Amino acid sequence: SCPKQKQHPEQKRKNAPGPAFLSHLPVTGHPDYIFPLVLTSATQELFCCRADVDVTGDEPHKLLRKEDILRDMKNRAAVSDFSPLKQAVLDYPEEELLLVFDQDFTYGQSFYLVLTAGAKEDILRPPPGMEEEEEEGDELLEVQKTPEPKPWLSLGSEREIQEESVTDTRPRVYKVSRVRRQFGAPVCFWDHSAGAMRGSYVECPSYQDKSFSLWRMEKENSVQAIPNTKSSSSQTLWKYPRNMCTQYEPRELEDEEKERLLQSADLKNFLNSVSARFELAIQQNEIMDVFLDDWRALGDEENVLGGKVDTHLKEYQSFTHTHYSTNKTISCLSWHPTVNGVIAVAVTENLSFEERINNSTRLLLNPSLILFWSFSDPINPQLLLECPDDIFCFEFCPSNPNIIAGGCMNGQVALWDISAHVDRLQGARGGGAARTSNADDTRDIAPPTVRYCAVSGVESGHRAPITDIQWLPETFEVSRTGTPLENKTLISVQIVTCAPDCCVMFWDLRAPRTVVNALTDTKPKPEEKTVENPYGVPSTFKHLDLTWKPLFRVHTHTHFSHSHSPSPTPPDKSVTVGDRPEPPDYGQLHLPSAKHQRQTDDISTKFYVGTEDGEVVYTDWKLEKDNDSGQLFSPKPTHCFRVHDCLVNTVSRSPFYLDIILTVGGWNFAIWKEGVMTGPLVLSACSQKRCSAGAWSLTRPGVMYIGKEDGNLEVWDLLEKTHEPSQIQSVTTFPITCIKPWTVSLKQQLLAVSDHQGTLHILQVPWMLRHPAANELSVSRYFEKEVEHLVYFEKRTEMREREKKQVEAEEQRRRMVRSSFSWWASLLDNICPKNICAGRN
Amino acid sequence: MAEVEETLKRIQSQKGVQAIIIVNAEGIPVKTTLDNSSTVQYAGLIHQLVMKARSTVRDIDPQNDLTFLRVRSKKNEIMIAPDKDYFLIVIQNPTE
Repeated sequence: SCPKQKQHPEQKRKNAPGPAFLSHLPVTGHPDYIFPLVLTSATQELFCCRADVDVTGDEPHKLLRKEDILRDMKNRAAVSDFSPLKQAVLDYPEEELLLVFDQDFTYGQSFYLVLTAGAKEDILRPPPGMEEEEEEGDELLEVQKTPEPKPWLSLGSEREIQEESVTDTRPRVYKVSRVRRQFGAPVCFWDHSAGAMRGSYVECPSYQDKSFSLWRMEKENSVQAIPNTKSSSSQTLWKYPRNMCTQYEPRELEDEEKERLLQSADLKNFLNSVSARFELAIQQNEIMDVFLDDWRALGDEENVLGGKVDTHLKEYQSFTHTHYSTNKTISCLSWHPTVNGVIAVAVTENLSFEERINNSTRLLLNPSLILFWSFSDPINPQLLLECPDDIFCFEFCPSNPNIIAGGCMNGQVALWDISAHVDRLQGARGGGAARTSNADDTRDIAPPTVRYCAVSGVESGHRAPITDIQWLPETFEVSRTGTPLENKTLISVQIVTCAPDCCVMFWDLRAPRTVVNALTDTKPKPEEKTVENPYGVPSTFKHLDLTWKPLFRVHTHTHFSHSHSPSPTPPDKSVTVGDRPEPPDYGQLHLPSAKHQRQTDDISTKFYVGTEDGEVVYTDWKLEKDNDSGQLFSPKPTHCFRVHDCLVNTVSRSPFYLDIILTVGGWNFAIWKEGVMTGPLVLSACSQKRCSAGAWSLTRPGVMYIGKEDGNLEVWDLLEKTHEPSQIQSVTTFPITCIKPWTVSLKQQLLAVSDHQGTLHILQVPWMLRHPAANELSVSRYFEKEVEHLVYFEKRTEMREREKKQVEAEEQRRRMVRSSFSWWASLLDNICPKNICAGRN
Repeated sequence: MAEVEETLKRIQSQKGVQAIIIVNAEGIPVKTTLDNSSTVQYAGLIHQLVMKARSTVRDIDPQNDLTFLRVRSKKNEIMIAPDKDYFLIVIQNPTE
């Protein structure tokens, strides 16, 4: 806003002289120390500075006391006219502030307050001799806002510009012109010798200028030594393709060449001269092996350290639980096939049948368990598997160790899936150190319980306790009629069970194929109802639960107690561990139709079964078709041997020889060879105590462990003696129920022995018993010898029979002769005198 | 020819002898009782070995010469008799 322009110089002079420093006023209007303000009439009265009354154009100054202003501000707060100036007033050093009445509105308002003491002084007492400047200042004050153009004030810069600019110092002298038509025309250049025409060039030869021949007499120089480095590169040209490698054939002579050489006398002489050396050398080798270190070879036979030969089985660890395994017996144990240091035992009640019935309510409340022990924790089991009833036998699936199949006392087969807890098992075995920190916590937490995820139907299972269960190896499977078929999925899906109800049943883990057959399938397929999962059981085998039926069954008339797995795979079908596929979803697998599978002819379908009465039965599981009725029935057992006097508790194949089988039962044990049907190869003498368990050693072919009723563990070494055990060791005071060896590493082999009172002992096998001796091959020879022995024995019996017959015949004849002779004698007695008869006699 | 055969048969019949190879001075097999690829391999490798052994012996004493070389390994023993024009290689398994 422009202030009013007043052009009255007289009035100007009448007014209070403006301060000199107003010549440099900024465009905004007021300097910082001037504060234009409006004073209301109330304020004006209060401070006695009423416009045109107290303060006029002649006397515009009024001094206000600082205290008054502050008081006013306090009294009227925001309403006070001085409120914007609060801080400035507080900062004011002196007592009195100058208020100036601005009649002309120079600063935009009717009053202004001077904020600094210096400015106040200047205004009140302006310095003398400032009239002219005041006038100028006034005028400038008037026209400050619109500057007018002024003439250029030169300060010497145009001279510089002139010096820098380029101008012609003289007129241009040379002008080159050309005929118009030649512009743009092609030009032809030619060489011109410079020396030919004189004056066509100007020469500037060099000459020595004396003024520049100065020699510097003293010179400062510095030298630095650096390593001499030079980098250079070169690139070669690849002119032509060249072979990088060549394949060659060994040089060979032609046949004729060879013939010629062989005929030559040269060769003959050479051989004659040289062969003597060879014969000497070869015979030397034959006589004695000079490089053989006898001392070292001797050491291998016995303990290398040279100390006392240790054949004692040392106790490594023992597992028992106060709650889960007291007053119970361990019926079966098994090492976990993949996780090292984990072993599972099945714990059953130690009651007779009547006691079971009497205590059935209590038994129902305490479910039977399978305990998983780990070496890292000897007090608490790692995992508990809940069973529908007491388990007598269980096995890990060979292709998927998370699946466990067990046979119950009531004839059902149960399946468990522990994939969810494998981490716990694996972590438990190795993390002993890591767990010490929270050892207390883990002790308090009860081990997880896994319920069985599928169980066979009660009616379709066995009618007696299942005494043995085996998985079929993953290389073949069996069809509904028992014919072995090729297993395309390469996982074990079939189980064999046997029970004293004279049945051996084959079970399949896959969902049965719903066969649509108009004749037989009368009832509609039941729709699947969603099954709740109250126990949190993994649903791996949901399709089997409670409806599981065996694939087929083999009936015989004998009561089975134990069986073993059928003959293992032929060598060309071996599966390497790396090929094992991921465990499939068992629910998705279906039984393939038999047409699509190839029959494998090289799997034998015969197997050995031990019975309750002590018989060993050799029979075939393949069902045969009866020609008359067309029904399938199981064939009669081919051989039946009664060697044991009591229940057969172990039937096991040797891990080294595929056709040698060990059976243990009653008071003795026997070794059989498959194919030799005349009898057992080795039958041990009856011992004083019953043999309750048996197992082959895993590393020595001739060694087996027999567990006894009195808790002794006998080690039999067939190469040492066969009439008595080579070693007897007392492991526990209760009957031993199961023995299973396990190789942990090359240096350690453990033997798990379970007893009747629920304790699991782990023993360490000493070096002597696990290290195969150099002549283990002789075990096979021993067996062959035994076979020959049997054959010889048989022949001898035949021979004896024949001999006996001969002797009898001879006896008969003699009797006949004698009787006929006596008849003649009596006849002659009647006819002839006595002396003749005497002479005849 | 018959004599050659007879000598070879005599050596062959010794206990433990696995193979006999006759090689000429250049390392090319002349007669062998082993299959072709093994023969060629043996001939090539042993030729080099014999050359090296012979030069070693002669370096130490120029009047000396290599007469017989026996290489005993874990599994068998290789015996080589070098000559001016030929060598004879016999492979034996000493301990049965």
